[in-house]
Amino acid sequence: MKAIRSMVLVSSDTQSIANGANEVYQALQHEIASFGLENEISLTMVGDVGRHDASPLVIIYPEATIYGPVKIEDVHFLVEEHLYKGRVAASLQAPVRELSGKIAWLSARKGTLPAEQRIVLERAGVIDPDSIDDYIIHDGYQALARALTEFTPDQIFDTLEASGLRGRGGAGFPTGTKWRFVNRTKNAKKYVVCNADESEPGTFKDRLILEGDPHSIVEAMAIAAYSVGADEGYFYIRGEYVLAQERVRKAIEQAKEMGFLGKNIFGTDFKLELHVHAGAGAYICGEETALIESIEGRRGEPRPRPPYPTTNGLWGKPTLVNNVETMANVAPILRNGADWYRSFGPKFSPGTKVYTILGNVNVTGLIEVPMGITLREVIAIYGKGMKKGKTFKLAQTGGSSGSIVPAILQDTPMDFDSFNKAGVALGSGALLICDEDTCVVDLAKTLLNFFRKESCGKCNPCRIGNQRAFEILTNISEGTGTLNDLTDLMNLSDNLYQLSNCGLGQTAGAPIRDILNHYRAEVEAHIRLKVCPTGICPMSGKKI
Amino acid sequence: MTIEPKDSKVVLEAVQSAVKRYGASQDELIPILNDVNREIGYLPGEALDELSRLLKVPKSQLFSVASFYRMLSTKPRGKHVLQFCESAPCHVAGGREVWLAVKEALKIEENETTPDGKWTLVTTSCLGVCGVGPVMMIDDDVIGNVDPAQVPAILAKYH
Repeated sequence: MKAIRSMVLVSSDTQSIANGANEVYQALQHEIASFGLENEISLTMVGDVGRHDASPLVIIYPEATIYGPVKIEDVHFLVEEHLYKGRVAASLQAPVRELSGKIAWLSARKGTLPAEQRIVLERAGVIDPDSIDDYIIHDGYQALARALTEFTPDQIFDTLEASGLRGRGGAGFPTGTKWRFVNRTKNAKKYVVCNADESEPGTFKDRLILEGDPHSIVEAMAIAAYSVGADEGYFYIRGEYVLAQERVRKAIEQAKEMGFLGKNIFGTDFKLELHVHAGAGAYICGEETALIESIEGRRGEPRPRPPYPTTNGLWGKPTLVNNVETMANVAPILRNGADWYRSFGPKFSPGTKVYTILGNVNVTGLIEVPMGITLREVIAIYGKGMKKGKTFKLAQTGGSSGSIVPAILQDTPMDFDSFNKAGVALGSGALLICDEDTCVVDLAKTLLNFFRKESCGKCNPCRIGNQRAFEILTNISEGTGTLNDLTDLMNLSDNLYQLSNCGLGQTAGAPIRDILNHYRAEVEAHIRLKVCPTGICPMSGKKI
Repeated sequence: MTIEPKDSKVVLEAVQSAVKRYGASQDELIPILNDVNREIGYLPGEALDELSRLLKVPKSQLFSVASFYRMLSTKPRGKHVLQFCESAPCHVAGGREVWLAVKEALKIEENETTPDGKWTLVTTSCLGVCGVGPVMMIDDDVIGNVDPAQVPAILAKYH
């Protein structure tokens, strides 16, 4: 075996590749060879390492030196200085900040930063996503082997239920219970589906998991299929995620070659075939029944529920649909046990949650932390404070179907139950942090514009309600709103919630309710005084 | 991708080869439409006629699917398609100003194509690269951290 003295990682998320990560990788390969170091240095393309401000990144272990953004012309100097002469090329180092990923974890060990707790992103950014060997070395497929040979399906459901794992797509349904439902439905043919149609604005955790650690989801899909009794499964990956599709396709191929998919897996009777289905650009396909319609080759219009997919799903067969992040928790729980998982986060929402931090903070990016962290902690520790020293005004959680969380709730623990009690929703894990210069009317208008365009149009409350709410908000932002409009908006919000067919329409009214509950004075200023307090709205007096 | 109507032979070949690749079944409709759309630039009526014949699915049903998804187009598009993200994270990060700069530079509105057939401007929902907002996508290139002042220079790179 070769003795490797240094490990060189190149970030390969979509943004890094757009900034030339592939070219940098090739240049590194060339330079390492030309210095004759190819036998002592390993070079790997990894997924996303969480620093989007300086991509592409080159990280060199064991020193954990971070270089970025690295250009092709820098590579010769970098290899010569760091790998050949053995000293840090300070001029190329990424701006010093503690951030997410292994980077933050390392500084945390020195006691400078509270550690992130990585479960689902443990390997992302550390292993080569295109290598099944790398995955196996990092405990990969161990959980599948144990599930098939040591556990009955009921033991798997018991473990998942005992762990308290709840669906990470937004609804928070207990995962073990859902699996048991599908298992209990009698049918010769069943399906498992991984929902990777991640389109919530501000959310890209699933993309990072699939790009950085695709095998972890393939393994979880196999465990799920075994326990519910399915022999076929689909990855529904949104059309825009081309790299994620490629990585998953490759992972499935490799798993097949190793005998982890196909027939007689681990010498048992269990067989499984997995397919990748690419979406074509429709937010609504993240709704599980719309997703099923889309796989069947139709418009992505949600079906009435019940019946739920657990009994009548893909082609009318019992179907298990789980979000990528939920799936990513399965193998670690089976490997380490429910008690281990329960040791993270609060009692009723254990485990970790992946958040994307966006908006007016100094550092944007992705973190995985135990459930129950507060917004204040996220902004101060991981966001490194508000940009330009401004004041935190509100956070918009969970993409568009989350809530507008006002600053007064910044000390509320972020877990399913505490947020429900406070009347806000955790959603899918996006945290759009907004400062004092954000106008709530403008923000709500942007969110409603999204729903207006992404509504599938099947049911009237959603199709017409969102359009009308957008028009009223536009009038308010133009300075032509009336106080009656506020009553109409509240009614629309209630109607959307009560009458819409699916989750999109039901949550679409949330921004309206939130701004009227928490920022009514600011909205009324637009109407009574014809003034936008933050100066964002046009207030031009045009009526639409 | 071009704005001129495609030679019908090219269209038929694109449809036939996509159907061959995935199989003549409605379950494969979206991958097939995706491939044809990518090859021709949009989905002309002729393509749907041929697909209807091969899959034995009514054209009306094919059109209802083709017109539903954002990545598929039933109308001709320009040589380059600029997709602008208008979701909240990009909006808060300064997307509004960039949007005005893009419209100013191309002198067209949303869903329009420039008279020379070079550019089509569309808005899109979140592209999932919010860490570097505001984001726009030209053809297959994702461009992040866009500053309004850079817009003319970015557009000039495309011929």
